[in-house]
Amino acid sequence: MQFLTEKDIDYIAIGAAILGSGGGGDPYIGKLMAKQAIKEHGPVKFIKAGDVPDDALIIPSAMMGAPAVMIEKLPNGSEPAASFQSLEAYLGKKAYATISIEAGGINSCIPIYTAACLGIPLVDCDGMGRAFPELPMTTFSVSGVSSTPMVLCDEKGNKILLETIDNAWSETLARTATVAMGLSSMIAIYCLTGKQLKDYAVKGTISQARAIGEKIVESNKSKTNPIQSILDITNGYQLFEGKIIDVQRDLTTGFVRGNVTIEGTDVDKGSTFSLDFQNENLLGMKDGKPAAITPDLITLLDREKGFPITTENIKYGQRVIVLGMPCDPFWRTEAGLKQVGPRYFKYDVDYVPIEELARESGK
Amino acid sequence: MKYRLGIDVGGTNTDAVILDDKNAVIAKCKEATTPDVSSGITRAVEQVLSQSKIDPSHIADAMLGTTHATNAIIERKGLSRVGVIRLSGPSGFGIPPFIEWPEDLLDTLNYTYQIVKGGYEYNGALISDTDEDEIRASLLAIKEHGVDALAISCAFSPVNSEQEMLAQKIACELLGDDFPITLSHEIGSIGLIERENAAILNAAIRKLAEQAYGSFQNVLIDHGINADLFITQNDGTLMSIEYAKKYPVLTIASGPTNSLRGAAYLSGILDGIVVDVGGTTTDVGVLSKGFPRESSSAAEMGGVRTNFRMPDLIAIGLGGGSLVSRDTKSVTVGPQSVGYKIHTEALIFSGSTLTTTDIAVAAGIAELGDASKVKDLDQELIKETVGVITSMVEEVIDKMKVSAEDVPVIVVGGGSILIPGKLKGASEVIKPEHFEVANAIGAAIAQVSGSIDGVFDITAKGRDAVIEDVKKSAKTEAVKAGADEATVEVVELEEIPLAYLPSNAIRFRVKAVGDLKR
Repeated sequence: MQFLTEKDIDYIAIGAAILGSGGGGDPYIGKLMAKQAIKEHGPVKFIKAGDVPDDALIIPSAMMGAPAVMIEKLPNGSEPAASFQSLEAYLGKKAYATISIEAGGINSCIPIYTAACLGIPLVDCDGMGRAFPELPMTTFSVSGVSSTPMVLCDEKGNKILLETIDNAWSETLARTATVAMGLSSMIAIYCLTGKQLKDYAVKGTISQARAIGEKIVESNKSKTNPIQSILDITNGYQLFEGKIIDVQRDLTTGFVRGNVTIEGTDVDKGSTFSLDFQNENLLGMKDGKPAAITPDLITLLDREKGFPITTENIKYGQRVIVLGMPCDPFWRTEAGLKQVGPRYFKYDVDYVPIEELARESGK
Repeated sequence: MKYRLGIDVGGTNTDAVILDDKNAVIAKCKEATTPDVSSGITRAVEQVLSQSKIDPSHIADAMLGTTHATNAIIERKGLSRVGVIRLSGPSGFGIPPFIEWPEDLLDTLNYTYQIVKGGYEYNGALISDTDEDEIRASLLAIKEHGVDALAISCAFSPVNSEQEMLAQKIACELLGDDFPITLSHEIGSIGLIERENAAILNAAIRKLAEQAYGSFQNVLIDHGINADLFITQNDGTLMSIEYAKKYPVLTIASGPTNSLRGAAYLSGILDGIVVDVGGTTTDVGVLSKGFPRESSSAAEMGGVRTNFRMPDLIAIGLGGGSLVSRDTKSVTVGPQSVGYKIHTEALIFSGSTLTTTDIAVAAGIAELGDASKVKDLDQELIKETVGVITSMVEEVIDKMKVSAEDVPVIVVGGGSILIPGKLKGASEVIKPEHFEVANAIGAAIAQVSGSIDGVFDITAKGRDAVIEDVKKSAKTEAVKAGADEATVEVVELEEIPLAYLPSNAIRFRVKAVGDLKR
């Protein structure tokens, strides 16, 4: 049996920011919550999807809303227990374990906090293998699993139990409730059987985040370059190296949409990289040609330390490395691309796997 | 004639300058920094007074830049015991105060905290009502624990500071009007943990800062200087000494900022790159509209995360005292340095260590010391070393630049003599007069600022009207801080939409700056 300790959380938080593909929110607050809960309740049991009985009830947990609000209005600490109790009473069954819906960003750590508070195991998997902005963008949803019954809970103790006709309605109603709760809520959602978990979850993503984080911390200690190790762990590519010379953000849609222009330095001197984002980084073009396309992961790293930069923190003048990493094969199916491919995000390009794009550009 | 006195206390040197009413330098000096700080300041003040021969009573304003407070935090010396009261309940219990603080620092602070009902939502709505009896009981528990200072924090206090003020009022009743209390909204921006951390650090160093600034005041009074006193803060603007005594944590990054601001003033260049060459290291920073470009990552101070934005700097191991060595093939410069011992150890000062300064003299870039001591140096070595120094600097300049076009490069600091007059990537290389005391000048010419940071709902008024409001508030803050209203301008407006929610809430950070009222 493996356990997650406070030190593991530090690593997972860094790795999760890389898997966040620019989004998912800074894991910092989630990390503090998870570490505080482990301090109070002890290490978290960390199990593999294969260890879960087929008929077990798995309840993923997450935060919903604006990470920028969560850095001010911190959780009460009772939210996981409150939401799980409601859902368990409704279903007439106890949760066997919890998982992360998205391994990227703050929601990598929230379920660890939940697991520590409730004394249940965390399963090493998630529903995205990265971060995405909407509730239906999970491998579970694409596989036909309902997101409801779900429970939203705020720090005051308000709880809402939702039953919806489809996952798009869950998104609409839960988002509206979250705004009313002060722009952040904790959710328990996508109740799964052990069998569904084994069939649909993206496996091993939390330990992958841990491995990435550990490499970055080690490299900073030994003053070596972590990039190659990250590429090895994720089968990724260094797409570009340069300086951010322009950041455009469009606020009209509410969601953050924007574009970054990066001017090449070192090996990429003379080239330009354009990166489109909407909460997450979605489309990277080098000298006008696609270099990585959603749902493949695109992450900006600080060139000096190798730490990831989220889309909220992109600033003019930063010196960055652009990483591209292949997504889980699940997203490359027709059903997957319909939900999270470039056309869903209104980019007029067809999806081409990053491996093929890299081969074409001779990398 | 009214004069200004600028003093910068660095790790190695205490620099002082006197400027006339046109900001022209009429006296300058560099003295060694002393462990007690004030004797170094005394020597520097006496030096510039005697150089300038002015009547000390004609000095109208005196500005001090010092990282004394920073060092106290790093060395855990002279810190007060601190208690924290946080108004946020029922939120906030999941992440208590002092989270992730280093153990040794916690031991020094004899820390204690209470979380009580209160706090605001992003839009200023109440998370919950405050309960004065609960606040009173919590404060008594903190008092009982034994503390010398108090920090008060509250969820979204940058949006509404009322609850922090209420807690302060009650604390004054219970602990006395003179008890040092720090309010988080006065110090930091959005980000409760970081703002609270900064408030705690501030509470911990207040006593020490009061003493340090008090002794600065005494030095001036003893020398007949009856001026308005200011301390420079992180962003290069001024606080009155009375305010600085309450909020000393705002000075922790003032060192590099002063040197960048001084470089901008001396060269007249507002957008460019500043290369500050000291004895051991060279700091390279970027000027944008006359102010340092800030680093985007959260700054740690003594192992504690804060949300102060420090100037974005790259430091390299190149200085006037850097050692030069050659193995079979290549020449190595630094990072080892003879530091302040350069005046005895460098070849040109009859020492026995080959330093970068010796090479600069041998190459004819600089005139200093006894040039005959280096006349027999291998010409190849000289050429190669100059090449290494040049490419070290050029490499950093290239990293810091944001466009492919060449930009002006301003070279300041005592080690500037190393830097050649031409650099790749530089449209011109400027070594302004008085370059060696740029940081003291940066302190002397500092302006006054006011800022606003908060999340605003734009539904009712619309975005443009809200922007006008926040700009106006920032300007009002600057005038309150002592700026001349006619000169106040908004220098920074950052609009940060809240990700993941299609709502009408936008976070604005605005800063307005103006000249100090004469």
